[in-house]
Amino acid sequence: MTISADHASRSLDHAEQTDTDQASEVRRKFGISVEDYMLPARHQIQMVNPDGTVRSHDEQGTEPGHEYPTPGDAELMAAYEQLVVGRRVNDQNSALVRQGRMAVYPSSHGQEACQVAAAMCLSEGDWLFPTYRDAVAVMARGVDPVQAMTIFRGDWHSGYDPKEHNVGIQCTPLTTQLLHAVGVAHAAKLRGEDTVVLAMCGDGATSEGDFHEALNFAAVFHLPVIFFVQNNKYAISVPLSHQSVAPSLAHKAVGYGMAGERVDGNDLVALLAVLDRAVKLAREGSGPLLIEAHTYRMQAHTNADDATRYRPDSEVAEWQAKDPLARMKAYLTDKGLLDDAGSARIAEQAEAVATQLREGLSEDVPVQPLDLFKYVFSTPTPQLKEQSELLAGELARSETTREEAGK
Amino acid sequence: MSPTVTTSANENVSAATASAAASAAATAEATGPQTITMAKALNTAMADAMREDTSVLVFGEDVGLLGGVFRITDGLMAEFGEQRCFDTPLAESGIVGMAVGMAMNGMRPVIEMQFDAFAYPAFEQIVSHVAKMHNRTRGALKMPLVIRVPYAGGIGGVEHHCDSSESYYAHTAGLKVYTPATVADGYRMLREAIDSDDPIMFMEPKKLYWSKDQVDLDALRAEHAANAAGGTSTEGRAAIARPGTEATLIAYGPSVPTALAAAAAAAEEGRSLEVIDIRSIVPFDDETVCASVRKTGRAVVIAEAHGFASVSSEIVARVQERCFHHLAAPVLRVTGFDVPFPSPKLEHYYLPSVDRILDAVDDLQWED
Repeated sequence: MTISADHASRSLDHAEQTDTDQASEVRRKFGISVEDYMLPARHQIQMVNPDGTVRSHDEQGTEPGHEYPTPGDAELMAAYEQLVVGRRVNDQNSALVRQGRMAVYPSSHGQEACQVAAAMCLSEGDWLFPTYRDAVAVMARGVDPVQAMTIFRGDWHSGYDPKEHNVGIQCTPLTTQLLHAVGVAHAAKLRGEDTVVLAMCGDGATSEGDFHEALNFAAVFHLPVIFFVQNNKYAISVPLSHQSVAPSLAHKAVGYGMAGERVDGNDLVALLAVLDRAVKLAREGSGPLLIEAHTYRMQAHTNADDATRYRPDSEVAEWQAKDPLARMKAYLTDKGLLDDAGSARIAEQAEAVATQLREGLSEDVPVQPLDLFKYVFSTPTPQLKEQSELLAGELARSETTREEAGK
Repeated sequence: MSPTVTTSANENVSAATASAAASAAATAEATGPQTITMAKALNTAMADAMREDTSVLVFGEDVGLLGGVFRITDGLMAEFGEQRCFDTPLAESGIVGMAVGMAMNGMRPVIEMQFDAFAYPAFEQIVSHVAKMHNRTRGALKMPLVIRVPYAGGIGGVEHHCDSSESYYAHTAGLKVYTPATVADGYRMLREAIDSDDPIMFMEPKKLYWSKDQVDLDALRAEHAANAAGGTSTEGRAAIARPGTEATLIAYGPSVPTALAAAAAAAEEGRSLEVIDIRSIVPFDDETVCASVRKTGRAVVIAEAHGFASVSSEIVARVQERCFHHLAAPVLRVTGFDVPFPSPKLEHYYLPSVDRILDAVDDLQWED
C-alpha cells in the first residue's frame, strides 16, 4: 500500500492563504460567497408536490450556487423499484415481529425515499454507514435481506460482512458510526482513493457529542463524507424542538466550515438530485457536506413503543398525505415512465423480497453456543479457551442426558 | 473548496523536521547496548513499526510537532510526514472513533490519549466499538488498533492526570491490556501491540517514562523480527522480575519498581521474595503467577489503582481459586485507597510504598 504524497505540510502563510483560496474557489465554482455556499438555501429543495405534479423551477427552493439538475429517467425508475421494495420490506418485517419471528424491528415506514436515495447515490467502492432504522438502505446497497435482519432476529449482533458491500454494521448507539465513516474516508484519502462515504443519523442523534466530533473531524481533515440526517421529527417520543433550536439542522454545517442543505425527505426526485450532487462534490474534493431530509416516522419507534402517547393522529394523517410512494408513482405515471404493467412487475419484485424474508426468518437456524468465544479476539486468550471448554462440557453432558432419556 | 486543505497548518513543521529527523536517524543507526529511557524505547518502537509498514499511523493531541506532552512521539511527524503522524482536533471520542474507521479500512492506527483521565470521553467508542467490532462481525472486521494511555501517579500531577484506569479496560471483554514496566518491554510490547490484529489498551506508567536502562535496540529488533517471522510472541506472558523463594510479590506497570525495591529491602533482612511483573493484564498469565505462588506459598498483590473491584482483586481471586492448597496465608493486597486520586502533596500517602509492602509481607503468617 502506498500513502500518497504529503499534501499537508503548509506554512502559516499558506493557512491564511487557504481562507482566501477557499473563498475564491467557491466564487469561481458556484458564483457565490463561501458563507452562501455553506448556509443552506432559504427553503428546502423540493421538486415534486405531494400529488405528483412537478413544482415550477421557481418553487423548487433552488438558488444560485444551490442548483440541482433533475435525475435521469433510468435512475428514477430504478429508485422507484427500490422504494416499492423498501415499503414491502418494512411492512413484512413489522408483520414478522408481530408473529414472533423477530424480536424487534425499527421500521422506516414513511422514510423509504431517504433510505433508497442514500443507497443509490453511492458508487460501488463507496461506503454507507447506517443506523438501526436504515435496514432498507442496507438492503438497497445489496446486502442480503435475511442477513440484514439477523441483528433483529437475535442469532448474532449482525449478519453480514461489512466489507462485502461496504456497508457499516447497524447498531444502536447514536452517531458513533459517523466517526467510523470519517475514519474510513480518511484512510481512503491517505491512500489516494476517491471513495465517498455517506453516514446516516436521525434528528435526535444530532444532540450527541459524536455528531459534533465527526462533523468537525471531517471538515478539518477535508474528507469526502456526506452526513445525511433523516429528520423524522421524533427521537422515540421527544420532538425536534427539545433537541435543537437552530434555524434548521442543516444550518449546523456552517459552524464546521462545510456546506449544508435541506431537502424534502419524502420527495425521491429531490433527494436523488441533492445527494447525487453532494456525492459529486465530495468526490471532486469539496470536503464534507451535511444534508437534512425532512421526513416523518409514520409508525412507532419500534413495536415496543406507543406513539399515541406523544403525538396526535392528526399529525400522522397530515404526513400520510405526503407519502413518498404515492407521490413518486403519480409523478412517474404522469411522466409516462410507469404503466400498470410496470407497476405489476415492480410489485412482484417486492413480493419476492418479502417471500425471501418470510422464508428466511421462519427458518429456525440453530445457534452455536461455542461461537460465544470464537470471535472475541483474533488470537483467543487462555481464559476464553478455559471458559469455552467449560461450556462445551456442559453441552456434552446435557447431550448425554438427552440421549439417555431417549433410550 | 480546495481539495488540498487537510490537517492543520504550522510554519514550524519544516524547521522541526531537520532536527527531529536527525535524532530519529541517530536512533536508527545506534548499535550495541546503550542507556535509554522508556520514552525512547516507546518512540523507537513506533518509528520502527512505521518504517516497516505504511499502514501504521500515529495521531492524537499534540503528537505532531510537539512530539506529545511526554515527547513519546518526538520526531515521528518529521520522519514520516503529516499524513502518518498528525494532530487531531481536541476530542478523544473523535480520535478513537476515527481510528475505528481507519482500522476497518486497512490502517493500523496507534493513537495517544494525552492522559488517563482524558480518555474518558472516548469510553463509549472503546467499550461499544473497539472492543466489540470483531465479535459483532464474526471476525470479518479486525481492529488492529493501539490506544496508548499514559497512566497512574507518582509524578505529582494535578487532578485528572494520575488515574489508574486499567480496571475499566480489563473489565471490558474484547480488549487486551498491556502495561510495560521496563525499558526493554517498552519497545518489545509496543511492537507486539502494533502487530496484533486485536485492539490493545497500551497502558504506559508515566512515572517510568524517564526511567533508564541499558538495552540493545538492535537485539530487540532482531528478537521482534524473529518472533514475527516465527509467528511466536510473548503476548500474555508475565515475567519473573526477581527470583525468590519465600513469598511472591505480584505487580504490574508502575508498581513493579516499588515491588523490586521492597524485595531488595527484604533480602537485606534475609527474606527471599520473588517479584512477578504481570506485563499483560489481558490476557492474564495464570501459569507463571500460579507456579510462583505454589512454589512460595505466600503472595502479595501490589497495584496503584483502588483495590475495590479492580485488577488486583481479580488477581487475588485467580490465585485463590488455583493455588488454595499451596497457600500458607491469605493472599494480601497493597493498593491505592478507595479515594479519588489525591493531590500532589498527598499522593505518597496513597501510593503503595516499600514499607507498606514489607508490612504486608510481615503479615503473611510467618509464625507457622
